Amino acid sequence: MKRVRVSQQEIVFAVFAALFLTFSVFLNGFLSADNMLTLLQNVAVLGILGLAMAIVVIGRGIDLSLIAALAVPAGLVLQMVQNGHSLPASLLAAGLLAIAVGLVNGWLIAYAEVPPLFATLATGLFVAGLGQAALFQLDVVQWSDGMAGFERLGQGSILGIPTSIVMFAIACVVVFVLLRQTRWGAYIYAIGDNPFAARVTGIPSRPIIVLQYVLAALIGCFAGLVLAASVNSMPTRIFNSTLIYDVILVVVLGGIGLSGGRGGVVNVIIGTLLIGTMLNGMTILNIPYAGQNLIKGLVLLIAVVTDTLLNPRNEETAQQGDI
Amino acid sequence: MRETLTRLRYRYWPDHLLGEILSKRWTETAIPVILLLIIGFALSRSLEHFLSPASLADTARQAGEIGFIGLGMALVVIVGGIDLSVGSIFALTDFCALYLLDVLNWPVPAVVVVTMIVGGLLGAVNGVLIGYLRLRAFITTLITLIIYRSAYELLIQRYSNAIASAFPDIPSWDFIGGGSVFGIPSVALVYIVIAIFGHVFLTRLRPGWHITAIGGSRRSAYNSGIPVRRTIALCYVASGVLTSIGALFFAARLGTVGGDIGVGLEVIVLTATVLGGITLGGGKGSVVKSMVGVLIVLLVTNGLTAMNARGGVNRMALATILLAAAMVDIRWQKNRTRIISKVYVAPTYHALPPPPPTEIGSGGPFEQNDRLRDVSLIGLGRIEAPEDVILDRNDVLYAGSRHGDIIRFFPPDYERMEVFAHIGGQPLGMAFDKQDNLYVCIGGMGLYRITPDGTVEKATDETNRSLYSVNDDSRLRLADDLDITDDGLIFFSEATVRYEMDEWPVDGLEARGNGRIICYDTKTGATHTALRGLKFPNGVAVASDGQSILFAETFGCSIKRYWFAGPKKGDVEIVMDNLPGYPDNINLASDGNYWLALVGMRSPSLDLAWKMPGFRKRMAKRVPVDEWLFPNINTGCVVKFNEQGKILESFWDLKGLNHPMITSMREHRGYLYLGGIANNRIGRFKLDNADPDFVQYDKRWGKPS
Repeated sequence: MKRVRVSQQEIVFAVFAALFLTFSVFLNGFLSADNMLTLLQNVAVLGILGLAMAIVVIGRGIDLSLIAALAVPAGLVLQMVQNGHSLPASLLAAGLLAIAVGLVNGWLIAYAEVPPLFATLATGLFVAGLGQAALFQLDVVQWSDGMAGFERLGQGSILGIPTSIVMFAIACVVVFVLLRQTRWGAYIYAIGDNPFAARVTGIPSRPIIVLQYVLAALIGCFAGLVLAASVNSMPTRIFNSTLIYDVILVVVLGGIGLSGGRGGVVNVIIGTLLIGTMLNGMTILNIPYAGQNLIKGLVLLIAVVTDTLLNPRNEETAQQGDI
Repeated sequence: MRETLTRLRYRYWPDHLLGEILSKRWTETAIPVILLLIIGFALSRSLEHFLSPASLADTARQAGEIGFIGLGMALVVIVGGIDLSVGSIFALTDFCALYLLDVLNWPVPAVVVVTMIVGGLLGAVNGVLIGYLRLRAFITTLITLIIYRSAYELLIQRYSNAIASAFPDIPSWDFIGGGSVFGIPSVALVYIVIAIFGHVFLTRLRPGWHITAIGGSRRSAYNSGIPVRRTIALCYVASGVLTSIGALFFAARLGTVGGDIGVGLEVIVLTATVLGGITLGGGKGSVVKSMVGVLIVLLVTNGLTAMNARGGVNRMALATILLAAAMVDIRWQKNRTRIISKVYVAPTYHALPPPPPTEIGSGGPFEQNDRLRDVSLIGLGRIEAPEDVILDRNDVLYAGSRHGDIIRFFPPDYERMEVFAHIGGQPLGMAFDKQDNLYVCIGGMGLYRITPDGTVEKATDETNRSLYSVNDDSRLRLADDLDITDDGLIFFSEATVRYEMDEWPVDGLEARGNGRIICYDTKTGATHTALRGLKFPNGVAVASDGQSILFAETFGCSIKRYWFAGPKKGDVEIVMDNLPGYPDNINLASDGNYWLALVGMRSPSLDLAWKMPGFRKRMAKRVPVDEWLFPNINTGCVVKFNEQGKILESFWDLKGLNHPMITSMREHRGYLYLGGIANNRIGRFKLDNADPDFVQYDKRWGKPS
């Protein structure tokens, strides 16, 4: 008998569908249009970050500095405007900072050959420390008058859809086009699938790896601006939260394997929807934050274990140092 | 002047040590240790109370607590994984200890035991998932990090007040938290005990070796039957238990269950682990490395706090250290062998005067002739690499072969051959003792003895280690040729202590005195080094007085005489120097003189290069090995000399077709038998005016033949 192979993506989608159905049936108000929009709005920033992480993970990397790239450049914009600089100049500075973070990450990983896990862990720490020590006066950078009008990036709605969802949608389209329609995207998949083969084929793998991290940092910066605009401030202590783990979960749960070369924007959307549904349902159920995390973790664990049981790793083909 | 300076510089500056030190495993630990000393020194200068007992004790307590977690992380990283959940396990076990003590009022021993069990169980969750279900370590421990952390937060919401309001006054609990023995904090003592055990465990015990093997190559470990899954699972359990021990001391010291306990701890411990030099991806690491890493990280963070740096600066410093350490580690692991192979070859100054002439018509004792043209061949194509040949009184011919055998050919026509003994290493010089045992020098193995019935016994394979050597030179690397004195002392040469047998040309390129003469006493079985610092010592023969040996230095192009007994005991005299070729084996001739093989002739290019160590060093660094200068071994000859250092006659093969290379020769009943390490034959040559009854070792031992 042929063994049934179910991919992680399908499992997660099934879990999502089951959860969605359960909540729809048993939770009052879950299936209303308003709640659906709230659900999406709450996870829009997470989704945008998931896209950034997806680009890197598809290229067989990981970017733990994403939260720093979200908090620090966006915080810098608010701080600079507060200090009297013009908004465009501040945005330019933030963009340059994000690019710098991406370049450093990329250089460390592609040229210095530091494992991405550690390179980005360290740069994330460094950037967060930089913000704390040199850039911000307070942990929460406040909105100031110079920012007037910019809050529309995260608040209000366009054609009846909340802006943050629109931003997520725009980001999805951009990343989709990049990954599926451009040569660079194809290169990223090739590098993620087999870096050595990509290299001997003549793909400029090192510059492409740098590009991945620069893109990730820029998208992270964008997510930060959306977040800041939606809450009218930049809580830079977000770096201390477990947000980065949520982002990884979105990507991994969505079915983008950490070994690279697989998945795409659709997976990020599925992952985001699953996390969003869970968070939303649990909020309606009035479960405390810690309890929500606990349940989220358990669900994840079940998903990953199921994936491993259905698609076991082979002792012979498992890669060395494959942690 | 310039020449003299070069000579002095290479005479006294130990170039060869750099490569030897770098190739030691302990250099990888030495670098973090040096860093630790620098940081410690800098802090002691810039902070007033850094070295005060109170401050040191405080540092030791923190270091101990984090140190336990570091040990767990080291174990997990060595086995090829990673444990991000240590911070959450730390928080949970801290809560567990305080809950049992403060709320349930359990006795301290029960608290300690149960907390460790809880830590082990939390680790076991990781272990089962990663070891048995083979989930990815990174993502799994990330998930357990979230789960444990949420569980902790749920628990402290309920119990933090109860714990905060309790003030347990139990002496044993206070001793765990703040006690000390002879000024050493309790936690440091326990840490030292566990660290020593951990070191023995990793380096000396079977499970420790299994852990390193799995980290080094999981697939090979699996294929060689190591219980990979169980071992990996147990490593995570151990990580959990060790973390819980750290948490116990923490709980006893502070007694709090704050919301941020253990947050970000995994980053600190990971930084310490990488900084100590434990390679990510597994297979390499030690307890000392973990300890040094923890100390560095702790000193840096504490030092910055003491200097009132802002929180961000602390983070930036930690990040910079982590990055720098990871980069150095990765570069070093990647380029280690390349760097070592570049710096290992350390040529030295070696000047020789112009060689005596060998051209036809030049006169001189070395004048070329074609006397070896009529050599008849034995075992053509049936033997490989007979470096030395020897015959017994029944005219049976023994020769070594590349395959690690002693082959013998039977008279009268030497057509019939058989394997006399299998040893396993390349046989080089050979000699018979009084009891007809055959002693053989085996390259890479040592000195072996073959009894007349073909049994192989090891005579010796090690000597005393020299006091200042970096490379362990106690093991014999390249035993080369030997002779036996009347008292049963075997003197044999070891060509080089720095290279393996197949790298002998590199030793020639270096032209350093790397070789030695070693003495093995057949009566006591003791081995000692008689002479060291010789340039590729090779042939050895006992001189006529029975108190000295003659030995050849191949790359010194000389024959020397060493007195091991008698009035001149310990003296070394030059018998002949500036030979036109590279001398190899020496053996007794029937007329009381000595035969000497010149394995190759000197060439002007290598002679010149030997005077230019810088040139050879650049060559070793920049040119691939197969394009290096190589001592000529294509043309050689056999000469006869006497103890006064006079060359009596020489035998050449001008065409080099019949018997291309000569590394040894043995006179036997009027014939000269020729061996060559690159040959596929043994040569036999009729000597004029030779004693037709001469059997070398029967004459030596005074036996009738």
